[in-house]
Amino acid sequence: MARPQRKKLTKEDFTANKEVMGRVFSFLLERYKIRFILVFVCITISVLCNVRGTLFMQNLIDDYIVPMVQTGNHDFGPLLRAILQVACFYAAGVAATYVYNLIMIYISQGALRELRDQLFEHMEKLPIRYFDSNAHGDIMSTYTNDIDTLRQLISQSIPQIFNSTLTIVAVLISMIRLSLPLTGITLLMVGVMLVVTGKIAGLSGKYFIQQQKDIATVNGNIEEMMNGQKVVKVFNHEEEAIAKFDQLNEQLYDSASKANTYANVLMPANAQIGNVSYVLIAVFGGVLALNGWTGLTLGKLASFLSFNKSFNMPINQVSQQLNFIVMAMAGAKRIFAMIDEEPELDEGYVTLVNARDEDGKPMECKNHTGKWAWKHYHQADGTTTYQWQQGEVVFDDVDFAYVPEKTVLHNIKLYAKPGQKIAFVGATGAGKTTITNLINRFYDIADGKIRYDGININKIKKADLRRSLGIVLQDTQLFTGTVADNIRYGKLDATDEEVKNAAKLANAHSFIRRLPQGYDTVLTGNGANLSQGQRQLLAIARAAIADPPVLILDEATSSIDTRTEKLVQDGMDRLMHGRTTFVIAHRLSTIRNSDCIMVLDQGRIIERGNHDELINEGGKYYQLYTGKLVNA
Amino acid sequence: MIKKLLSHVREYKGAAILTPLFMLLEVAMEMIIPQFMASIIDVGIGNGDMAHIFRVGIFMLVTALIGLFAGVMGGKYGAIASAGFAKNLRSAMFRKIQTFSFKNIDRFSSSSLITRLTTDVTNIQNAFQMILRIGMRAPASLIVALVMAISISPKLSLVYVGALVFLVIMMIILLPITHRVFTQVFKKYDELNNSVQENVSAIRVVKAYVREKYETEKFHRATTNIYNMFIRAEKIMVVAMPIMMGTIYVVIMLLSWFGAKDVVSGELTVGKLTQLMTYCMNILMSLMMVAMIFVMLTMSVASADRIVEVLDEEPDIRDPEDPVMEVSDGSVVFSHVNFGYHETAEDYVLSDIDLHIDSGETIGIIGGTGSAKTSLVNLISRLYDVNSGSVKVGGRDVREYDVQALRDQVSVVLQKNVLFSGTIYENLRWGDKNATDEECRRACKLACADEFIDRLPDGYDTYIEQGGTNVSGGQRQRLCIARALLKKPKILILDDSTSAVDTATDARIRRAFREEIPGTTKIIIAQRISSVEDADRIIVMDDGRINGFDTHENLLKNNEIYRDVYESQTGGGSGDFDSPGSDDERGGDR
Repeated sequence: MARPQRKKLTKEDFTANKEVMGRVFSFLLERYKIRFILVFVCITISVLCNVRGTLFMQNLIDDYIVPMVQTGNHDFGPLLRAILQVACFYAAGVAATYVYNLIMIYISQGALRELRDQLFEHMEKLPIRYFDSNAHGDIMSTYTNDIDTLRQLISQSIPQIFNSTLTIVAVLISMIRLSLPLTGITLLMVGVMLVVTGKIAGLSGKYFIQQQKDIATVNGNIEEMMNGQKVVKVFNHEEEAIAKFDQLNEQLYDSASKANTYANVLMPANAQIGNVSYVLIAVFGGVLALNGWTGLTLGKLASFLSFNKSFNMPINQVSQQLNFIVMAMAGAKRIFAMIDEEPELDEGYVTLVNARDEDGKPMECKNHTGKWAWKHYHQADGTTTYQWQQGEVVFDDVDFAYVPEKTVLHNIKLYAKPGQKIAFVGATGAGKTTITNLINRFYDIADGKIRYDGININKIKKADLRRSLGIVLQDTQLFTGTVADNIRYGKLDATDEEVKNAAKLANAHSFIRRLPQGYDTVLTGNGANLSQGQRQLLAIARAAIADPPVLILDEATSSIDTRTEKLVQDGMDRLMHGRTTFVIAHRLSTIRNSDCIMVLDQGRIIERGNHDELINEGGKYYQLYTGKLVNA
Repeated sequence: MIKKLLSHVREYKGAAILTPLFMLLEVAMEMIIPQFMASIIDVGIGNGDMAHIFRVGIFMLVTALIGLFAGVMGGKYGAIASAGFAKNLRSAMFRKIQTFSFKNIDRFSSSSLITRLTTDVTNIQNAFQMILRIGMRAPASLIVALVMAISISPKLSLVYVGALVFLVIMMIILLPITHRVFTQVFKKYDELNNSVQENVSAIRVVKAYVREKYETEKFHRATTNIYNMFIRAEKIMVVAMPIMMGTIYVVIMLLSWFGAKDVVSGELTVGKLTQLMTYCMNILMSLMMVAMIFVMLTMSVASADRIVEVLDEEPDIRDPEDPVMEVSDGSVVFSHVNFGYHETAEDYVLSDIDLHIDSGETIGIIGGTGSAKTSLVNLISRLYDVNSGSVKVGGRDVREYDVQALRDQVSVVLQKNVLFSGTIYENLRWGDKNATDEECRRACKLACADEFIDRLPDGYDTYIEQGGTNVSGGQRQRLCIARALLKKPKILILDDSTSAVDTATDARIRRAFREEIPGTTKIIIAQRISSVEDADRIIVMDDGRINGFDTHENLLKNNEIYRDVYESQTGGGSGDFDSPGSDDERGGDR
């Protein structure tokens, strides 16, 4: 659910926004320069035609009606011609309006698509750290709220402001040509209107900020209480919940009614100031026209009056749009902030290639051979060497911290020979998942080295590094799409047969077959229609189809019952066969046959060895294993 | 439905009635002004009557002032009425939801209740304000302007009628089309946002499989799709503006032509002609407003529906007529209990349960997912009602108790438990409002929560964020247990409440229970055998039935399921290595 964004308007916003605005405009002009010119030409035509139409009132009365009444010459021929002439102007105006609105659709939708694409493409390149430190709701709101404000800006504010400004200028010129003194009065009243608008807008703005705050509080409370409603029931806490809610609700009512009052008052106030302006013009104009002063005729007065009315509208519109612009700039700022975010660095140059065996030496080849080689390009002498991918992973005195000063891993040393199974055990927060996240470089280490087949992993291209590691993560994430699509995620060009085999390997085939549409069953909402265990099985199948040389299994089976767990375990065991595997597990059966078990405690490896060794050692592992209580 | 909603306007009825009245007054003033204008032009200027000009000018000013007053008051009352209406709606829904049973809550789901309380109420608030302020104003202004125009010149008014008919026809054609197209577009738009959401939460999978390019391309296809749909939809919309402008222009030209003829022939004055032109804008603008209201109303109907659904929902658990207020002891008896979540479903979640638990016993419950462990214990504190059979607590059927009294004595630590924003003390006192600091600390000691609370900089005054995100899963579970202990219940139920607590701490909590609250009946659901093996008796659940109910030793001997689970989990040892499913390891910097 998207909560309304809080938007505060301050003076600093206006200055800081200049830069953002410049960027928005250069983004638009770079792509749509010619179209924008066309739009502006059309708007100009539309405005001029409109003004010309209003001026026609003057002609109608002064040049046609009054002479005809006075002379008694009832020849309507000239009037007909005049009307036909003005009809042409009107037609041109309508056509121009249609054309510029049409072009604006293409500009605004095109720009939005481009922005969304850019945003998304960049987001995909951002490091995991970014997703850790930014709430997912905030990232989402960039795509929804912020993009929406920009749509408003591009499709409405920009043409509207240009249109209004041009109208103001054109009407002003026409008014001056009709009567200078009356123009003065009109401007005076516009001044009054602006002052009043400023005052009211200031007050309403104050309460609107308050209202936004109160809405956020009330919505926050609602969210919290609804999610905890069952707990409220269990603790008989209904009365207290209501009391608290009533208090917040009352606050919201107070600020909402005030904010809306001022907002509602603005329009009638301006309308009546407009009416006053109208009256003043009528009275003064009447006096002038009656006495023949300043050459004001009845027709001119009539025209002037309609200009007076059409002068107030664009001014109101511009002041309204200013608010939107400030909001859009705040949105644009967040969009650009994300686009400017530093992408994941990748200075690696060693790549992973398919290779075939040529006298024990790897030779690069195009087709899949089931064997892989690291391809080094040596810049120094311009040569390329190849080395078999084997799956040996070494941690050499690795330290790591998510935030500086708060080291979560200390002096981690480990050596995984190709094909070995390494297990990590330890209490929550000991750093097990963190270690696996370092191997695939979701995070970069602070100190020490990690070597993969003897190559420092910093030198391996991230894409190739990750492609060589199959990972089943703690939280299973599936994508909207069919079951087959989800398995195929591990290997995009996999055949149906391969998908089925992977599913069989992971023990997923039997439940998939029982789904309403089998492999074509569409999953939505992260596989909401599947059980936790079934989702886990799909994640394993997804890893299996990728056929990676090294596996990382970060298992989460707390909510999986023992029978399903056994299925999951079988799937995993089959997958692990013959690969270097890192396992995080809490089931003894998974761990016991590991080649080496690392017992982690607060970011340090405190014990290591195979099951028997550790049991003999009689340390923490022994204590955990035998169920003897450890006194903390 | 509308009537039901409107009954919640209550104390704001006055404001709700005053608003349209003031708006009507404003319209009246607005309509009078062109009359005065015509008078100024025809009588004042035409006859050279300066005095008339001033007199009418002053009338006009007064009219404008009255209009201003009416507009301001209308705005004020409109704001009060709509904000008040929204407040009452929220309050009514919130109160209603507090009376909901678990079944009611399940039927709606939390997230849907949140949307109903927030977005839907806001929609109704806006629509209500719109109707109060413009709902009367626009049609009134349309009608008055039309009547005025007809009174001036019935013949020329035909032009307006023609224009109106034309525009109404255009609207009837355009509105449904755009409505349909835009509903489609917004659905696609939601899908697009969903795919972003999915990518954000699954970013690790995307990166692990090096699928950044693939996802980007997929997203590009989606945005292009949206682009095309939006263009198609807006292309229809974009004709509205020229149609509107064109109509105004045609009206002006027709009025000029026929008006000029009438003025020349003396049937009309110049002033009246300008007056007619002014009404032109009024009429067409009002028509636009009416169309807008129409669109808004159709949009808010769905919201109104969803709100009324909540208000109409009947809580299906109520206190009995003459409730029992005292729970005498902690014994629990199930006799021939059948239970299902849907009345209609033939197959029960729990079938034919017979169970006798003595006061003060410690009972373990074990069984696979979906074996209805949680359903079983939820019946004890009457979170759900049985379909048939009976559940007795302290010798009386749970349906005879005052619900509050029962739940005060049967304390449940739910599987999906939450803490609320507030200090640790505040959270603990959910269990007992009047608990002293000393009592709170003792409960925490029992739940082994004291060790980590003491390490927190603010200790028991540490502020827990919404949803308890600033404590780890295991810490959250221990706080929830402490909170439940503070009730000093006769029966304590732990529904898989130590899954994120390590084995050793789990054992210490159970030891504390045994030693400190021996008189309390303790029912513990667990995944781990180690959590239940020292219980007096253990229930083995399988597919909604009790498969075994005995001591650990006897079950090992006689119960196949229990033995299976035991062996798969221990393989010789007795504990697991860590606490699974906890999320606090990765987010070291969150």
